[in-house]
Amino acid sequence: MAITIDSPATVEPASLRIERDPRGVRRINGNRTRINWWATALIAVCAITVLVPLYFAVITALKTPDQLGGTGFELPTGFHWQNFVDAWTLTRFPQALLNTALITVGAVVLTLLTNSLVAYAIARNLHKPFFKGVYFYLLSAIFIPFPIIMLPVVKETALFGLDNQVGLILLYAVFGLSLNVFIYVAFIKSIPIELEEAAYTDGATTWRVYWQIIFPLLTPMNATVGILTCVWAWNDFILPLVVLSDPAARTLQLSQFVFQGQFNTNYSAAFASYLMAMAPLLIVYIFAQRWVISGVMRGSIK
Amino acid sequence: MATPVLTRPRPERTPRGSRPSTVRRRVGATPRPFYWMVVPAVAVFALLHTVPVLIGVFFSFTNYAGFGSWDFVGFGNFLALFQDDRVLKAYGFTFGFAIVATILTNVISLAIAVGLNAKIAFQSAFRGIFFIPYVLAILVVGYVFQYFFANSLPRILSNVPVFRDNILTNPDWAWTAIVALAVWQACAFAIILYLAGLQTIPQELYEASAIDGATPRRQFRSITFPMISAFFTINMVLSLKGFLQTFDHIVALTAGGPGTSTESITLLIFRGGFQGGEFAYQSANAVLFVVVIMLVSFLQFRILQRKEADF
Repeated sequence: MAITIDSPATVEPASLRIERDPRGVRRINGNRTRINWWATALIAVCAITVLVPLYFAVITALKTPDQLGGTGFELPTGFHWQNFVDAWTLTRFPQALLNTALITVGAVVLTLLTNSLVAYAIARNLHKPFFKGVYFYLLSAIFIPFPIIMLPVVKETALFGLDNQVGLILLYAVFGLSLNVFIYVAFIKSIPIELEEAAYTDGATTWRVYWQIIFPLLTPMNATVGILTCVWAWNDFILPLVVLSDPAARTLQLSQFVFQGQFNTNYSAAFASYLMAMAPLLIVYIFAQRWVISGVMRGSIK
Repeated sequence: MATPVLTRPRPERTPRGSRPSTVRRRVGATPRPFYWMVVPAVAVFALLHTVPVLIGVFFSFTNYAGFGSWDFVGFGNFLALFQDDRVLKAYGFTFGFAIVATILTNVISLAIAVGLNAKIAFQSAFRGIFFIPYVLAILVVGYVFQYFFANSLPRILSNVPVFRDNILTNPDWAWTAIVALAVWQACAFAIILYLAGLQTIPQELYEASAIDGATPRRQFRSITFPMISAFFTINMVLSLKGFLQTFDHIVALTAGGPGTSTESITLLIFRGGFQGGEFAYQSANAVLFVVVIMLVSFLQFRILQRKEADF
């Protein structure tokens, strides 16, 4: 994003001066005024395509069942909050929300702690055959698609008594390991080793070096891995579908699927339920937008 | 655990400040904690990831139904797969869908990313909007789309032949609705990836080419696209790999119907394996599918990378 100019004192210093515009983006002064309104209009039209389904979901969730005729894009005459009450009880929303929240938080915490630890040990010993072997073993798993694991893993989780929320947390941390180690190792390699050597000289143990020096330095990558894991665990449908056996353990997405049949006559309650399932992550995203996007971007460049 | 190979001295890695006063940190030895950091995690990984893969491969050579006794049948399952109309149809649908969705996703995302990277108003607000689908569950958005296709679209386009009736119940055109949902959702991530690529291009290249009289189209063809070709490759490979495994989209929109016209391979494996008593047969299908996916990804990498520009 940064723009570099070879010699600041060229022909037209005024128009080439680098300034910070209000959004903090560095721009060349002369170009800032020329906004491309055609491109803006085009992008705006595309952006509406993204928002239309959300608008559709919101207005439908607020309608009474007899307002549902027509194209579906008409505004509701009043706010029918009863839909949310119906959806709340019908899908056993509090329990599903608690399950999803528990699984997501558990998966993120376990992933951050264990995956960064594995990556640290690998990154600092990559010249040794054992650690190099482990690294390539983990990386090769990135290329193994989920369908082949799907059938046997269900047998295995049932056998070990992991067909519950704890099992899901473990599975997310394990299945994410390959990609996360890849992301972490690339980053840890760029951390100068002198820092750790100084700590070792002062008598710190390897554990302490990891926890007090490396882990805090990993914050940007922790954010990236945390966001990716959070979005994955919250929105995942297939893993809870095949792994969970107890109806009380159902996640938000799973309960949308299970109760779908009961909404047949009551579409507005169904939409209220969809909105409630989408809302928590959407709200987090709206407030932490910049942070989320830069986190995902950072992970994708690696 | 500490075999001679692992503790071989490596002088270049000697911590500069440390004297051999502590035996544990002598020259080149790997501190034991590093093993404790890796071995338990990798053991769990092997147990929950590698072992299931091996179990899957193992049972693909048997006639196991998911319960009861079983026998080895050699390559019988694989031979049967190639004669199974339902399986072949699922492959046909999945590949057709995935190819169309991959092309649309990448063309649309690249266009939007270039637009977002231009000098437009409300840049960061638009970027924020385009990324919204990434944080939404496909299943739930799919149900919204399903209602839209089934109830709203026939009323809006009441004069257009295909859309006049519920497109999701049309065996020939239901797949287009699935493509629409898939592209709507997948563009979010692809746009961010392309934006990250576009921001690595130095502005001087455009300024220099503008002085030489290059048109915007020429600039895109000769600067933008070659410079982000690595991102194009990775996006194409990731999208195709993701779309080939599509599951949530179909569960939400058509549940594989009408009939089995929109049944994806993952859905078929799920249904046959868990509900149809075809554990071994669908394991074989999964093994075949994995080989196909890896082959396709590899070929894609080779073909696209050859076209990448070297700078």
